[in-house]
Amino acid sequence: MLILSRRLNEKVMIGDDISISIIEIRGDQVRIGVDAPKTVKVFRQEVFDAIKAENKAAAESKPVFPELDFGATRDPDAL
Amino acid sequence: MKVATKSYGLIEVDERQRISFPLGILGFEPVKEYILLDAERQPFYWLQALDVEQVAFILINPFLFRPDYELDINDEELQDIGLSGPEKALIFSVVTIPSDGGPMTANLQGPLIINRETRSGKQAVLTDPRWKTKHDIMSELATARKGPC
Repeated sequence: MLILSRRLNEKVMIGDDISISIIEIRGDQVRIGVDAPKTVKVFRQEVFDAIKAENKAAAESKPVFPELDFGATRDPDAL
Repeated sequence: MKVATKSYGLIEVDERQRISFPLGILGFEPVKEYILLDAERQPFYWLQALDVEQVAFILINPFLFRPDYELDINDEELQDIGLSGPEKALIFSVVTIPSDGGPMTANLQGPLIINRETRSGKQAVLTDPRWKTKHDIMSELATARKGPC
């Protein structure tokens, strides 16, 4: 892993079109600005971890379906 | 073809029910091939792994209980499964039914998007803070039905 020290308002460039700026440092929290093309997905790691954990919980679901009254028949567009 | 399922044992399914997830599903990346089945109770579906009997997910159409649901996904990401626009997409949420009796929830932050023509799917990750991994389906359904149609 490349480790760089940066001061407030300094930037790190990744490739030609991604830049990371240090916006604010307060206590143990750092606010980071990410400037990247729309095609590059930028997420907090926790989002992936949360979805992964939820998928695991879903796979262990109790296969007992509650009755739901949707007031309509099933979506005709679904398979 | 015959498929061993978690809930229904060995059953016969049509080849057209087969859905590939070339990138897998988060946390289950090695499992790429699934079968989409109607569950015994509407409006639920099962997404059953083809060769891994124990891997199966309950799915629901999220628009049934969240008519205001929106997915902001860029075109490049849709191209992973050969989609050029939303017209040919099927959207599902993965449902969790906890065995401890907790509420049944749907994951609106990580929807499954399926290209209905190529039967190729992926799990998207939404950044809109409105969509969480645990939406209480019953209570949101009650809210949706009270609201204006």
